[in-house]
Amino acid sequence: MTLSKSTSTRRAPVLAVYATLVFAFIYIPIVVLIAYSFNRDGVGGFPPRHLTLDWYRQLFADGAIWDAVLNSLIVAAASVALALTLGLLAALALDRSSFPGKALFRRLVLLPLILPGIITGLSLLMFAVFIGLPLSLGTVFLGHGTALISVATTELFAGLQKMDRAQEEASLDLGATPWQTFWRITLPNLKLSLIAAGLLIFTLSMDEIAVTFFLIGRDNTLPLEIWGRLRRGITPEINAISTLIFVVSVALIVIWYRVRTRGLGAEATRSS
Amino acid sequence: MYSRAYKSIVSLPPLLWVGLFLLLPYALMFAHSFWLVRDGFLVHQWNLQNYHKLLANPLYVEVLLRTMRIAAAVTLLSLLLGYPLAYYLSFHAGARKELLYQLVIVPLWVSYLVRGYAWKTILGSDGVLNGFLQYAHITHEPVGFLLYSPFAVIVMLTHIYTPFVFLPIYAALEHIPRPLVEASQDLGASQRTTFLRVILPLSMPGLLAGATFAFVLSMGDFLAPLLVGGPSGTMIANIVQSLFGAAYDWPLGAAVSVCILLITVTLLSLAERFEKRWSFK
Repeated sequence: MTLSKSTSTRRAPVLAVYATLVFAFIYIPIVVLIAYSFNRDGVGGFPPRHLTLDWYRQLFADGAIWDAVLNSLIVAAASVALALTLGLLAALALDRSSFPGKALFRRLVLLPLILPGIITGLSLLMFAVFIGLPLSLGTVFLGHGTALISVATTELFAGLQKMDRAQEEASLDLGATPWQTFWRITLPNLKLSLIAAGLLIFTLSMDEIAVTFFLIGRDNTLPLEIWGRLRRGITPEINAISTLIFVVSVALIVIWYRVRTRGLGAEATRSS
Repeated sequence: MYSRAYKSIVSLPPLLWVGLFLLLPYALMFAHSFWLVRDGFLVHQWNLQNYHKLLANPLYVEVLLRTMRIAAAVTLLSLLLGYPLAYYLSFHAGARKELLYQLVIVPLWVSYLVRGYAWKTILGSDGVLNGFLQYAHITHEPVGFLLYSPFAVIVMLTHIYTPFVFLPIYAALEHIPRPLVEASQDLGASQRTTFLRVILPLSMPGLLAGATFAFVLSMGDFLAPLLVGGPSGTMIANIVQSLFGAAYDWPLGAAVSVCILLITVTLLSLAERFEKRWSFK
């Protein structure tokens, strides 16, 4: 990337145009997707005309999609519970104790995040077959919950590192048991990290497809249901469900963002 | 300050869980790659046959090379899009910085599948782009090469990984102490020299992190080729997937997976080493 010398540090018109184009590349597919969910004549053709809500009506009457949504919600909620519980314990362990294999554990727990999903998915498939576990939503939950411990551990470990340790020490000195200290001091202090990690895990689980692909039984999750339909051909009904997923995702980010800024605000007041 | 009991209560459950449901499965994958299938049954007999087969089959080598080329193209394009964007936001966006940053983050939360599907509807021969080209009288017949080609895979994966590449680069740029940039300019260096000798080297750790991430995850992708790649866009993970599915040769599939895993781990540790060397103290 080169900048012409005449442009000042503050103003960079060439760069601004370039950045706009990158934004266009990122957003045009999403805009197209949403626009065609209202197009009576289906996906394709230009420009979209004859606006209609028919595809949404069709979507709301589609039982299979809503079953899949329910399955996804169950798997995501269970994965959040599992990953947060184990992630919290792991973060506490990494933060304040040394145990054999600590370095290995730290690397291992992150692997599902860095390795391509197919590797984790197939490894768990082989494991399920090896111990004779039939594939079902249960195996999908096992995969999601286990893979996402990484996210919970990273978020919560960061939260613990930022936490003021004096409060816990004071609580223990004043005669509270470690158990009381955990529930009354540690956990409330980690509230924001827990919410942020929970939301992230929830979204990632709702969207997961590479690992799920190999662990799915008879009942589909939403992404797998959509995937199955894509292979049969494309209809604006998929645009409609995608648009709804997009809207829900954006809503979740706004909540997440609110939680975070409020947290930062609280931190600022506390430290001033 | 923490008792032994506390320490074992917090460390044992995650250790056991991760050992049982992560380490053991990965180890099983490794073990499978040294086993065999005979008459449709898995035989637990240790040997190197799968690796021989893999290296002797020109198809696998060819697909692996194509996969690396696609992953390299995705990495390069994501950097070409993500770096200038991060640079613009960090140094020139002014008050709109926070908003624009959020705008890059939003698509990260939008379903992989949804975005892949969007490209499928755009690039198809009766898709949106062809519709537009004919509407604008640029072409008179649908252009067929857009979908079901390595090109489509590269476009889709670049779209997915550009925000991922942007993030660490932006973080690195934000961490550059501004007095360093000002000092370089005060001492008479041109914009270009300042960029090449101060900003670029200091953002190298972020650039490497983003690039490794994009390369590794594109290399192991099997969904994009299935969705938009067609036969000419087949990648190495699709071979794994078919060996585990229709072809039913898990040991051979495991061997190919182990190769992907080894390439991944090598790249990650190389990147880590370079990041350390480049990081600013």
